[in-house]
Amino acid sequence: MNLILFTFIVLLGFTSYYFGRKKAYTIQSTKKRLTALPQFYGYYLAIWCAIPAFIIFSLWAIFEPTIVKLLVLNDYSNQGYLDDELNLIYEKTKALSRGQFTGEITPFIEASAEKYLSLRSIAQSSKVVIVLSIIIASVAYAYKRISSNSRTREPVEKFLNAVLFTASLAAILTTVGIVFSLIFQTIDFFKVIPLFDFVFGTHWYPAKAFVRDSSEALDPTMYSDTFGAVPIFAGTFFIAFIAMCVAIPIGLMSGIYLAEYASYKVRQYAKPLIEILAGIPTVVYGFFAALTVGPFLKELGTSMGLEVSAESALAAGGVMGIMIIPFISSLSDDVITSVPQSLRDGSYAMGATKSETIKRVIFPAALPGIVGSILLGVSRAIGETMIVVMASGLAANLTLNPLESTSTITAQIVVILIGDQAFGDPKTQAAFALGMSLFLVTLCLNIVALRVVKKYREKYE
Amino acid sequence: MIKIKAKDVDVFYGKKQALFNISLDIEENQVTALIGPSGCGKSTFLRCLNRMNDVIDICSVKGEILINDFNINDKSCDVVRLREKIGMVFQKPNPFPKTLYENVSYGPTIHGMAQSKQEMDEIVETSLKKAALWEEVKDRLHEPGTGLSGGQQQRLCIARAISVRPEVILMDEPCSALDPIATAQIEELIDELKKEHTIIIVTHSMAQAARVSQNTGFFHLGQLIEHGSTDKIFKNPDNTKTQDYITGRFG
Repeated sequence: MNLILFTFIVLLGFTSYYFGRKKAYTIQSTKKRLTALPQFYGYYLAIWCAIPAFIIFSLWAIFEPTIVKLLVLNDYSNQGYLDDELNLIYEKTKALSRGQFTGEITPFIEASAEKYLSLRSIAQSSKVVIVLSIIIASVAYAYKRISSNSRTREPVEKFLNAVLFTASLAAILTTVGIVFSLIFQTIDFFKVIPLFDFVFGTHWYPAKAFVRDSSEALDPTMYSDTFGAVPIFAGTFFIAFIAMCVAIPIGLMSGIYLAEYASYKVRQYAKPLIEILAGIPTVVYGFFAALTVGPFLKELGTSMGLEVSAESALAAGGVMGIMIIPFISSLSDDVITSVPQSLRDGSYAMGATKSETIKRVIFPAALPGIVGSILLGVSRAIGETMIVVMASGLAANLTLNPLESTSTITAQIVVILIGDQAFGDPKTQAAFALGMSLFLVTLCLNIVALRVVKKYREKYE
Repeated sequence: MIKIKAKDVDVFYGKKQALFNISLDIEENQVTALIGPSGCGKSTFLRCLNRMNDVIDICSVKGEILINDFNINDKSCDVVRLREKIGMVFQKPNPFPKTLYENVSYGPTIHGMAQSKQEMDEIVETSLKKAALWEEVKDRLHEPGTGLSGGQQQRLCIARAISVRPEVILMDEPCSALDPIATAQIEELIDELKKEHTIIIVTHSMAQAARVSQNTGFFHLGQLIEHGSTDKIFKNPDNTKTQDYITGRFG
């Protein structure tokens, strides 16, 4: 029913667009000059048709269930029921009206179910009537207002403005909402686990928290030495460091090659090819790291007499570095290309060679932008999940040996939230605390990166 | 004394010919002005003289350009040495985003002209003095060169160009981005520089050509229509096109 009404409003909106435009054409044919193009009259009428109707429609949808519930339960007032019992009665009533009630049917509930059904049908029909009459009234009002000198452009532009504003507001509010949910859960987590233990503790062993029987009372002392985040922070930065060791030199050099040395033709093919790397899903990189690179490194290490874990930080970091290459190469290519040609000319005219020009003029000029691209790459590396989960193991070892397995913040969040979780449990809240710290780290990196890039732009534009 | 001798120079951008058969002699220690309407090839010709056209992939140069009787279009020509001898100043001031000191010491550094910090300091000081900028900037040599005014930036670029003691300085409309006062300063400077350097200047301003140059070449549609002493070109040109351009009837 709702869907039909909805479609109907939309259709009416389209129809009124044509009527509005038609009226504008009619006015135009009497040699009067319109204040706006005929389409604006169409949009004007369509907005008047659809928007009030939609507002009423959605308000109705929001309030109808509450009001119906109030009216049904009105019969039970003054009988001394508790709120919970009333809710139960209402649920029974609804189930009975749908024919899904299996328990004992009392006359009371039967009467309420009948009342519920009749209220619902009254609500439905009155909704249709009200929405339709709103449409008729508003369209009639707007249609009458259309004349040669009526202002239609401003309301239409204002409406578009409002629509676009709502869209961006939705995006911002979602972000704010996510951040707040992180903050509150994090605060709850730190009520049980002291901040000091989290930041400076060196044992991360959330599995210990899994064994708690949920019927027992929460005993904070049993969590001591369980949620020490040092190993996973160390692991995160260590793997990111390995990744950047791969990504920075290769990305930067290929960026310089593309921007300065490659001929137009090579650049035309090479750049999209490198950017394809950025399009590979990270899960593919993940099993590439876990199934190809990891075992290969293990074999290589064994043949050299080294002990290499099949899930090593080196494999995960190395593959992650490959994943980040296109970001750095593409961004630094853009930055280097945007260094003004006049600086190159100035350097060449002094007798500098290409490599001298790059080293002494172009690279310093592009440095802020390059640093920005590297920082963005680092924040990708820190936030990367799939490769680490698949290739670097889940045990949070505190180690600086790239051949051993370590774990990262993101991987630990996955470990914690896979399978059953209980809300309000420190184990689950630990994931929020980790998410919050990850968010803060990448936020800072992004802010710094954007600042640096902006500073660079101001210099040349 | 003839410093530069261009013989039958043709320049192509891809298949399009930009210069036709240019032959021109440039006198040593004099200022030669190249004038002509936009797109006539005067800047292209200027960029042939230090092989800056090499930077443009599709550009090819034919013919001989003899500097000190050595053909710079010959394969044996070392472009790095050539550009050390032939400095260039561009239309828009293009100081490097480095300090004033680093801007001026750039050329001497890459050509290994100073053995010690002291020698480098001297080169920087004399170059800035010759470019009439020393007094204005001597207290802030370690501030960025991009912080100067337009006229100061252009004089910094001149200081950068003369720091390697070039024999020839090419100037591509050096005053077109400057106000009249800065222009006057640069023109005065050009007059001073010609004692030690041969100067070739491309300019849109005929008044400037008349003021600073001893010789003038008039380019039109990729051809050198007429060249000779500035006096003659401006007072009594042989070609009617030159006459028309000088008197402002076209261009």
